[in-house]
Amino acid sequence: MSNSVPPFAVFLAGAFVVPFLRNRVLKSAWLLLLPVLSFVNLVHLSPGASFTVPFLDYELVLCQVDRLSLVFGYVFHLAALIGFIYALHVKDDLQHMAAFIYGGSALGVIFAGDFLTLFVFWELLTLGSVFLIWTNRTKAALGAGFRYALYHIIGGLVLLAGILLHVKQTGSTAVAFIGLQEGNLASWLIFIGVGINCAWPILHPWVTDAYPESTITGIIFLSALTTKSAVYVLARAYPGTPLLIWIGAAMACFAMVYAVIENDLRRVLSYSLINQVGFMVCGIGIGTELAINGAISHAVNDILFKALLFMSIGAVMYRTGKSKCTELGGLYRTMPATCIFCIIGAASISGFPLFSAFVSKSMIISAAAHGGMILLWFLLMFASTGVLEHAGIKVPFFAFFSHDSGLRPREAPWNMLIAMGIAAFFCIFNGAFPGPLYSLMPFPVDYQPYTAAHVMGQTLLLLFASLAFVLLLMSGLYPAEMRAVNLDADWFFRKGSRLVLTVVTGIAAFIARIGEALFIRFLPSFLSNFSRRPVSRMAEAVGRAGNPGNQDRLDQLNVIPSGVPVILAVAFLYVLAFYFIVKG
Amino acid sequence: MKKEYLFDKPKNVKRFFTLFYILLAVFLIADFFTEKHGELPWENWPAFYAVFGFVAFVFLVFGAKYILRPLVKRREDYYE
Repeated sequence: MSNSVPPFAVFLAGAFVVPFLRNRVLKSAWLLLLPVLSFVNLVHLSPGASFTVPFLDYELVLCQVDRLSLVFGYVFHLAALIGFIYALHVKDDLQHMAAFIYGGSALGVIFAGDFLTLFVFWELLTLGSVFLIWTNRTKAALGAGFRYALYHIIGGLVLLAGILLHVKQTGSTAVAFIGLQEGNLASWLIFIGVGINCAWPILHPWVTDAYPESTITGIIFLSALTTKSAVYVLARAYPGTPLLIWIGAAMACFAMVYAVIENDLRRVLSYSLINQVGFMVCGIGIGTELAINGAISHAVNDILFKALLFMSIGAVMYRTGKSKCTELGGLYRTMPATCIFCIIGAASISGFPLFSAFVSKSMIISAAAHGGMILLWFLLMFASTGVLEHAGIKVPFFAFFSHDSGLRPREAPWNMLIAMGIAAFFCIFNGAFPGPLYSLMPFPVDYQPYTAAHVMGQTLLLLFASLAFVLLLMSGLYPAEMRAVNLDADWFFRKGSRLVLTVVTGIAAFIARIGEALFIRFLPSFLSNFSRRPVSRMAEAVGRAGNPGNQDRLDQLNVIPSGVPVILAVAFLYVLAFYFIVKG
Repeated sequence: MKKEYLFDKPKNVKRFFTLFYILLAVFLIADFFTEKHGELPWENWPAFYAVFGFVAFVFLVFGAKYILRPLVKRREDYYE
């Protein structure tokens, strides 16, 4: 214990060493060493360990270890190691630093013992991740990164407001069960703040807008950490909240319909991410031990197979510069290893027996059946079929098979293959031997995935859904891949911001026009008239006044001098009144 | 000569599909002889999952193609 440091410390400190390592080998070694070092540190932390620092009237619990946070800690380290192996060829220090800061703050979130610490890491998480998007250095990435940051800043503020209210009401800062309470604003604000990071429907577009614009290697980290740390907070603070069941079911069902018609494969996988997190949110909402175990084990498995799928498409993108269905196809010819890894990821996410989702997602669906939630059961089974469609078949089929794009790229670089190999190993290992995974769960697992009926049912479901795909494709009824944009909730942000911009610039332009007319055209010419010809102007005025035939002009001149002081006095009173109202 | 790959030969494609259809048949038949203790009554019906998977898949694809796509599809440069 005395030799250990809080889990986030290794990554956050190590990040700032990266730019000083000029030697390539040394830098690569550092990138791989840090996750290992950090993991060794984590293993030495036993449940119950904690680090505290006094802060104002409170005590900040920088780190509090229990079974729930440990599972996430282990898999975050594995994901980070895989991500850094995958990114070894990247020469951009900023990306590596961002990844370390991002990974460190994710660890900070899941081990935070109090909400103030959690909030600080929550914000740091946004900072690290937005740089993984910006460092792609495209115009689209810049815009998407800004929108991404905006979403998370809003989410962070909602969360902060909730936390402050919560602390004020309860006097407790501890990260513990809150639960939605009727009429308790704090519980709702925290709920929604976390929900934004969890990509709930309508709050979700930051995922599908920004992730596909991030760097090839950055998306591996992104897909693993932000949403899963939000799942962790939900599992800690809101287990058994009925509303979560329906939020989760909505996530699982709506995202996959988009995935069917999406052309960009990285965006398909981003929709798939929302779909999978939906299953987890559902499990947390059901809240029984079986359901929570299912949600957590599915989070672990999802991090691995989603990383694997993103890595395989990333490798394709690295070699070809393309990620769209319409531009890819037939790559199995020259990238066979990547293709096989992609198929392993696809089989894992679809939940074929011996692959990972088979042992985790089924726990959530079983929990729904146990609870007699028949509608939910059907929705989740429907969503399972949808997973096969967009992630199980579409991703590998349109990248590696389908029509021959004529592209003959080289196989992925060795570091990418190793990273994919490790992820693929765990996808199969967790699926075939679920024992070790189950042993890490927060509750004791009493669930047997490998019964004849379950194997048979799941296999039939997947095989006959595949048959449907084959028949639809052959008959030409399968929707053609198209180069197109599909509107989603980010429309409100993109177009809404444009509307605000139009209105604001319109008002500004109007004021500028008036100002220009008054101060640039009218006043200077008016005043210069006087300064240029003062005598003749005065003479004109006097001459007119002296002309007895022009009596009304004379009246005007007499009126104005007496009127001006009155107007000035009234204006002065207004200013005075305004001043006292504002100051008072 | 242009290099030929696995599925460039129509024979291999045919083999693949033959294998696929055999697999479907074997599992479908085996399902009738599988002992089931499903919690929900229809879980115990023979071939329930096969029918469900097929129908759900078609339903999803048609929903995406005929309902969602006409509603949300825009030109690729829509936001530019």
